[in-house]
Amino acid sequence: MDTNGATTSSTAGGGSTSKSSSKKHSRKPVYSRFTQQELPACKPILTPGLVIATFTIIGIIFIPLGLVSLSASEKVVEIVDRYDESCVPSNYSNDKLKFIQNPSINKSCVRTLTVPKLMKSPVFIYYQLDNYYQNHRRYVKSRSDKQLRSVSDEKSTTDCSPEDKTVDGPIVPCGLVAWSLFNDTYWFSVNSKTIEVNKHDIAWKSDKEHKFGSNVYPKNFQSGGLIGGAKLNSSVPLSKQEDLMVWMRTAALPTFRKLYGKIEQDLQANEKIQVVIQNNYNTYSFSGKKKLVLSTTSWIGGKNDFLGIAYIIVGGLCLFLAVCFILLYVIKPRPLGDPSYLSWNRSPAGHPN
Amino acid sequence: MIPISIKVSLDLVKSLYAKFIDWDAEMIDYETGIPSHATNTAISEDLGQVEYIMTDKTGTLTENRMIFRRCCISGVFYGNESGDALKDMKLLNAVAGGSPDVVQFLTVMAICNTVVPIKSKTGAISYKAQSQDEDALVNAAAQLHMVYANKNANILEIRFNGSVIKYEVLEILEFTSDRKRMSVVVKDCQTGKIVLLSKGADEAILPYAFVGQQTRTFIEAVEQYAQLGLRTLCLACRELREDEYQEWSLMFKEASSTLVDREWRIAEACQRLEHDFEVLGVTAIEDRLQDGVPETIETLRKAGINFWMLTGDKQNTAIQIALSCNFISPEPKGQLLLIDGKTEDEVCRSLERVLLTMRITSSEPKDVAFVVDGWALEIALKHYRKAFTELAILSRTAICCRVTPSQKAQLVELLKSCDYRTLAIGDGGNDVRMIQQADIGVGISGREGLQAARAADYSIGKFRFLKRLILVHGRYSYNRTAFLSQYSFYKSLVICFIQIFFSFISGVSGTSLFNSVSLMAYNVFYTSVPVLVSVLDKDLSEGTIMQHPQILFYCQAGRLLNPSTFAGWFGRSLFHAIVVFVISIHAYAYEKSEMEELSMVALSGCIWLQAFVVALETNSFTILQHLAIWGNLVAFYVINWIFSAIPASGMYTIMFRLCRQPSYWITMSLIVAAGMGPVLALKYFRYTYRPSKINTLQQAERMGGPILTLGNIEPHPRPMEKEVVSPLQISQPKNRNPVYEPLLSDSPNSSRRSLGSGAPFDFFQSQSRLSSSYSRNCKDN
Repeated sequence: MDTNGATTSSTAGGGSTSKSSSKKHSRKPVYSRFTQQELPACKPILTPGLVIATFTIIGIIFIPLGLVSLSASEKVVEIVDRYDESCVPSNYSNDKLKFIQNPSINKSCVRTLTVPKLMKSPVFIYYQLDNYYQNHRRYVKSRSDKQLRSVSDEKSTTDCSPEDKTVDGPIVPCGLVAWSLFNDTYWFSVNSKTIEVNKHDIAWKSDKEHKFGSNVYPKNFQSGGLIGGAKLNSSVPLSKQEDLMVWMRTAALPTFRKLYGKIEQDLQANEKIQVVIQNNYNTYSFSGKKKLVLSTTSWIGGKNDFLGIAYIIVGGLCLFLAVCFILLYVIKPRPLGDPSYLSWNRSPAGHPN
Repeated sequence: MIPISIKVSLDLVKSLYAKFIDWDAEMIDYETGIPSHATNTAISEDLGQVEYIMTDKTGTLTENRMIFRRCCISGVFYGNESGDALKDMKLLNAVAGGSPDVVQFLTVMAICNTVVPIKSKTGAISYKAQSQDEDALVNAAAQLHMVYANKNANILEIRFNGSVIKYEVLEILEFTSDRKRMSVVVKDCQTGKIVLLSKGADEAILPYAFVGQQTRTFIEAVEQYAQLGLRTLCLACRELREDEYQEWSLMFKEASSTLVDREWRIAEACQRLEHDFEVLGVTAIEDRLQDGVPETIETLRKAGINFWMLTGDKQNTAIQIALSCNFISPEPKGQLLLIDGKTEDEVCRSLERVLLTMRITSSEPKDVAFVVDGWALEIALKHYRKAFTELAILSRTAICCRVTPSQKAQLVELLKSCDYRTLAIGDGGNDVRMIQQADIGVGISGREGLQAARAADYSIGKFRFLKRLILVHGRYSYNRTAFLSQYSFYKSLVICFIQIFFSFISGVSGTSLFNSVSLMAYNVFYTSVPVLVSVLDKDLSEGTIMQHPQILFYCQAGRLLNPSTFAGWFGRSLFHAIVVFVISIHAYAYEKSEMEELSMVALSGCIWLQAFVVALETNSFTILQHLAIWGNLVAFYVINWIFSAIPASGMYTIMFRLCRQPSYWITMSLIVAAGMGPVLALKYFRYTYRPSKINTLQQAERMGGPILTLGNIEPHPRPMEKEVVSPLQISQPKNRNPVYEPLLSDSPNSSRRSLGSGAPFDFFQSQSRLSSSYSRNCKDN
């Protein structure tokens, strides 16, 4: 019908052909490899070679990586000292709460730590809290980032209840997180020579510059009936209160360490470090533990054997699987795509009656 | 959150499935230039799960283009040699010579109808006919120089060899499916003679020939034509006396004006006139099968799809068409069981007998089909619904003839009520109800207008496209949807499980490990794109599927999306959640356990795993898939870097900090290896040692193995097994049992169709009588 017209016109002139045919097929979709689902495709299949090679390679890469990680972690020298129990005088050992809540009792406590190996500077000082749920929903939410950032948002304390305001106005910084600021202090000395603790740059740079305002000053903080933790110097802007910043980076796990400061000198092996601890922070009411941690660092961070061990296990399992598959392949070879497995008769292809 | 993400992805993907159908260049009807079209975008994957196909006959399986092929006039066969009577010199000579028999025959062909000639300005005459058969006859007559030129009120004008003959139409005795014939009473304007001209089915004409006429040659002609699958009509005439006509005319008028039982009265009146015919001859009209119909039906039957033919045509015609398009196999492989009877009891007994046979043979490698006509069907559906339902379930093939549109719909409903997924395909207005009733309606945009195509979910140009529609589009859609929906659950569950685990270490207070931005973007940006390109995934190439349509069984049986596969994905999400969670909290413990950091570590662990899960589950990677999977991973980091650059966001600087830490990358690779290793190992094991048919075909296809001959290398040493489940068997004529005793040979109402193996024509020859005549296109019944 129309086709004839198109072909005759094609003899007349090449140009008109495409026009007339395109007009004729106007209802037809444009042909492309996408519309025809004919895009060139790579179709890998799980051949024994591919799979065994994959597992072998993973194994070969993972085990050395694991060993490297493990050795890095092993190189980290770490001193952990739990002091919450021993820093309670023996006469208060049955009623620790009474001890910690009584402001008139002297809370200082002296601990001696032995350096097991040479600790190269910088040595990081952490306090570790156990069984402390800083990730509790009510706790995590009880803060106001707006208020911390700028003075103009001082009154945005809606999430901070019950530590949102006092009769004198809004609390800055408000909320339970700030209220519960850790307030134990440590003073280190070796051979009665004080070790300088650098408490600068322990918070994140971004926190100092953007999250905590340089013109926001603490107000009405810890002035209520219940004192949660440390007090803040109200003449220092929040952007300089690095302990607060560290504390306000809430931990995701109930066991966590927070940076207290840095010792910028090497600690020699077998040196005895005297630590004078002001044991102020109340973890006794919820049986939390407090630990003092001195640690060096490596390229993977602090001491953490998990990654190394996990790598070795995963790598080992991969090698094991590779060996198993090789054995299976040798013992019970099975040609891929063998038509004899394709007997339709053996498939339960009858219809459910 | 889970359902919304699934809903959105599925809707997007489904509209693309529909677009692929619209775009498919292989489903364009090149005769008309009409592409296939998916009206309903929601059910593409149902196409892959079709179990029953209900098909109309005329126009769906056949072209519905009637062509006059042969005729037999007064015992002389025309067109037998050339296959086209219009080119038979004998007939042309007879016409030119003005042989009275032939002229009379042509006259009947030209005017015994309800056709209206329309003269165009150029003088060419075109015909408007209600029925394709009449159209074919009138056109054929015109080509044989008997031109039906004009109709002016009751005056017909016919030009024959230059002379004009005028007839006055006195009465038209219209076609009814009971009488199976139609007649006109005309008066020759020149001579004043009144003639009754009739055409109709052989059984409606030949028995009424005048005493003494030899109708044997006509019966032979009818049989011969029927064997060729041609539609036959007998033409006859009778001269009426004036008074006889007048008398009858009064009676007919009275009958026409009665209010009660008019149809019956008219039929009775017609009967009075239509007798003592002088049979002039037999015409044979061809209605060819569409291209590729037998192959399509064979392929789809191999795919485990059951075919039912629902037609308004008569039984013999239906059976012939069914045979010629592989619908039913000729004996000994196939067997036809007939349900009929004159009374309800007979129908009931017949039904029970058929059911009994069906039960016996259902375990045999035989193709058993039952044939039922409209009347028996009505009784069966009304009174013996239970038995009939059982029969319907047992039978893979059925032919229902003389059924009304509402019966077609009822049959579809019956199968639907047995929880079968049904597809109805038809082309005419009489199929609309069935199309709408079925789970999936397919309309053929053919010669009978677009009524069916409009009502249908899919419209295609030709029946053969159905193969591609089901096997390619339906199957791919099902596979893709199965993956996509399960994957959507998987990815959402991973996050949910991690949140649940986290709640155990956050004092069960319900703290969210992830920040709100991540949770929001997780389903929308981070994980949706890779899985959306799974619409391009093809587990097997189209060629392989066409070679092995049996693979469709996986879709029909819901092998890829069922509680056990879902449990697999559930388990995988649980496992991955544990991997991500345990590794994150241990790698980021102590001084690193900062909330925002840990949250991003866990989140990126999930994203990395997702990328590899999609990659592992993808069968064919096109450039788009690579882009989507790996690009998405890059995009994840870019998005998070952007968020990390906004001071007001909770995760300010977090992502920059993490990306600088070696331990972050080490953690990621650990998560990927620990998460994917077991999944890969399990998949490999199943793929190699417990392969599904899909896997085997994939392997064969991609190893460049003997994929094209796979079907024939069916292992020989298991002939016994082979006999058991044969409908899906890859046919192997060698192993067929050559001797077969029909089961119903002793049945009184034998529907036995004996034949030797071999050419299908043998089948017809052995029939006592199988006529294919129908007086007009009686689809509408």
